[in-house]
Amino acid sequence: MREVVSISAHLHVQHAPPPAVRRESQRPPMKMTGAQALIKSLEMENVEVVFGLPGGCILPAYDPILDSPIRHILVRHEQGAGHMAEGYAHVTGRPGVALVTSGPAATNLVTPLCDAYMDSVPMVAITGQVSRPVIGTDGFQECDTVGITRSVTKHNELIMDPNEIPLMVRQAFHLATTGRPGPVLLDVPKDVLQAEVTWNWPTDDEVSSSLPGYKPNLKGHPKMIKEAARLISEARKPVIYAGGGILKSRAADALRELAERTGTPVVTTLMARGAFPDDHPLCLGMPGMHGNYTAITAMQKSDLLIALGTRFDDRVTGKVATFAPEAKIIHVDIDPAELGKIRRPDVPIVGDCRQVIGEIVKALESHTQADRNEWRSRISGWQELYPLHYDPHVDGDALKPQQVMEVLRDLAPEGTILASGVGQHQMWASQYWQFNEPYTWVNSGGLGTMGFCVPAAIGAKVGRPDRTVWAVDGDGCFQMTAQELVTASSERIPVKVAILNNAYLGMVRQWQEMFYEERYSEVYLSPDLPDYVKWAEAMGCAAFRVEAAEEVEPVIAKANAIDDRPVVIDFRTDSREKVFPMVPAGASNDDVVVHPSQKPGGEKLVQ
Amino acid sequence: MSVLNHQTLSVLVENRSGVLARISGLFARRGFNIISLAVAPSDDARFSRINIVIDVEETSVEQITKQLFKLVNVVKITELLPSDSVERELLMATVAAGPDQRGAVIELVGVFEGKIVDVGADALTVMLAGEPDKLDDLEELMRPYGITELQRTGRVALPKLERQASPRLRLTGKAS
Ligand SMILES: Cc1ncc(C[n+]2csc(CCOP(=O)(O)OP(=O)(O)O)c2C)c(N)n1
Repeated sequence: MREVVSISAHLHVQHAPPPAVRRESQRPPMKMTGAQALIKSLEMENVEVVFGLPGGCILPAYDPILDSPIRHILVRHEQGAGHMAEGYAHVTGRPGVALVTSGPAATNLVTPLCDAYMDSVPMVAITGQVSRPVIGTDGFQECDTVGITRSVTKHNELIMDPNEIPLMVRQAFHLATTGRPGPVLLDVPKDVLQAEVTWNWPTDDEVSSSLPGYKPNLKGHPKMIKEAARLISEARKPVIYAGGGILKSRAADALRELAERTGTPVVTTLMARGAFPDDHPLCLGMPGMHGNYTAITAMQKSDLLIALGTRFDDRVTGKVATFAPEAKIIHVDIDPAELGKIRRPDVPIVGDCRQVIGEIVKALESHTQADRNEWRSRISGWQELYPLHYDPHVDGDALKPQQVMEVLRDLAPEGTILASGVGQHQMWASQYWQFNEPYTWVNSGGLGTMGFCVPAAIGAKVGRPDRTVWAVDGDGCFQMTAQELVTASSERIPVKVAILNNAYLGMVRQWQEMFYEERYSEVYLSPDLPDYVKWAEAMGCAAFRVEAAEEVEPVIAKANAIDDRPVVIDFRTDSREKVFPMVPAGASNDDVVVHPSQKPGGEKLVQ
Repeated sequence: MSVLNHQTLSVLVENRSGVLARISGLFARRGFNIISLAVAPSDDARFSRINIVIDVEETSVEQITKQLFKLVNVVKITELLPSDSVERELLMATVAAGPDQRGAVIELVGVFEGKIVDVGADALTVMLAGEPDKLDDLEELMRPYGITELQRTGRVALPKLERQASPRLRLTGKAS
């Protein structure tokens, strides 16, 4: 018999940002409605903004919002509310909150919930539900929200007892932000919102004892830490494989210290872009399906992979059986289920990345470092041979999307936050941007959600109004959620959107070109329909169209200067461009396909 | 349905609505197979115990356990190897047995120390609680008579008790 875990009762305050929960003074029991208790609970959790759209079942909760300091942002589609909450969470580290009604509103929230679940984004969603007596009768706008969202949330609850509202809200924020963060949903029946409750804000102890099975493990096992330090100091060809968990645990500084102290090069996954500065000499950039040659190959040839807060996603590993075949693996993750899920680590460490990295750095003090000069020179050899490359612009041709990205990057004000959709433009954004600061990249990695970009950028701008927020979107993605620019205009949230308009569902077109003999099935979108400039203007944005290369710079500069409303630029880009390098799905990372011009005679770099 | 390479996960969960759905949903979504499932209240009113028997050749016990433990309502998981636990299951079966076969069926059930719980004109309902293998055997032996209805509970299990004295004194001969 093996006991895997035991009951525990501890609250771990882990994520830095949220200020301490407000204290209540001793006063006689306060009576209020469930709805008032709900909004008051959000206030107690220091929620500053809620993204939502009202409707019948959630209506009672919308009334006390009028009297609350919480800012409510009225979206045009509930999917927008969810992605805005995500964008807000990406850049602030604080949970984003979405508030919507029952039935179709709740189902509209499923995509962002799944997105947040896949990318471990802290989020609290509150949905209205039909009144308790109607539940189960197929009442108007009833849907089994808790059932539908069970597998795409970290946790969810249908609140049946009005007096439990404050406890449920506290639990939700606690669960969303601690351990492996994720979305938590509370489904609240209308009559629960209307019921009279006695206000009672639960204590930390009450919250922890109400969750007897929840105990995230933050501290790494000392023996494993020691073993990790030994492997790191002995490795001759190590690579740090940094994932989104670095950002979730606010471990960017700790990561930098580990890398510098040991001279270990770092790859940052799509979710970790910005967790380690791109301008750092040890930074190799992004690995994976569309990662750069050096990042992919350094991992492949390494003798030690120090995997931190990352989950060995198939987009990174390529064919698992041939992934980094000689590498020993140190795997640090807050979620024990990630250790050994894809690849068995030699040193598994369950714990919070920031804490564990700190402990490893300390343990390294008693070791001397193996020589890594040869490794470093091999890496710089790859960097020299295989930089990112694209065909230069030819006069009269459509714009090169990569070049647009480069100009956008070069003109971006200090600290600009970049959001993207999903497709070719997303990969170019990640490849050609220079991420030197954490929390400046807002992305849908795990689910790959088209339509994420515009609302997520809006949420990011709400979270960091001091920053410029650029949204780089594809024409296909843009058409999925562009209407949220109406929200942005009316709420005065001046995001900037660059549409890389290649008139195609470009990423799919690329696959059809490469793997389906150029049989372009159902991927053509007209470049002119809709007229993006008119559409954007109709939504209250400033809008430009850029067709000529010499226009790129001045128009971006103009857009950067506009700060009183959203801006949309329709860049007419070359639809023939493909994203390189590429590791075809299911192929080995040894078989990375580089830009055709970099592979004279189809020769492969042997090493 | 006897599976040699099986293991029982005894999962202590909070008594909340939807917990079973969470657990079965997790199994379905991740492609884990359940051989048997039994749910009932535990000795503590706040918790229920779910006994899940899994095929250890088909699925990684470690992954199942870790994924299960991610569910917020899961409080404790105990892994019970067949060799370290006492396992029981209940079988009820209605067997076609007219007057001339009745005696034979009753005798058979008697050998297994089972019970006849209902008697009809042309059928008997028999009951046996015991080790799953025994139930398999009885089922097999009754089949020729014609089983018209069969119901088995999920498997329940408890860890074998530690013996005070030296391990040599442990009862031997139990199915392992
Ligand atoms: C909601 C959704 N539907 C479909 C897909 C599949 N998909 C991935 S990329 C892509 C094309 C995206 O086209 P576009 O937005 O124009 O961007 P581009 O690739 O051209 O840069 C599609 C259809 C997806 N990721 N998400």
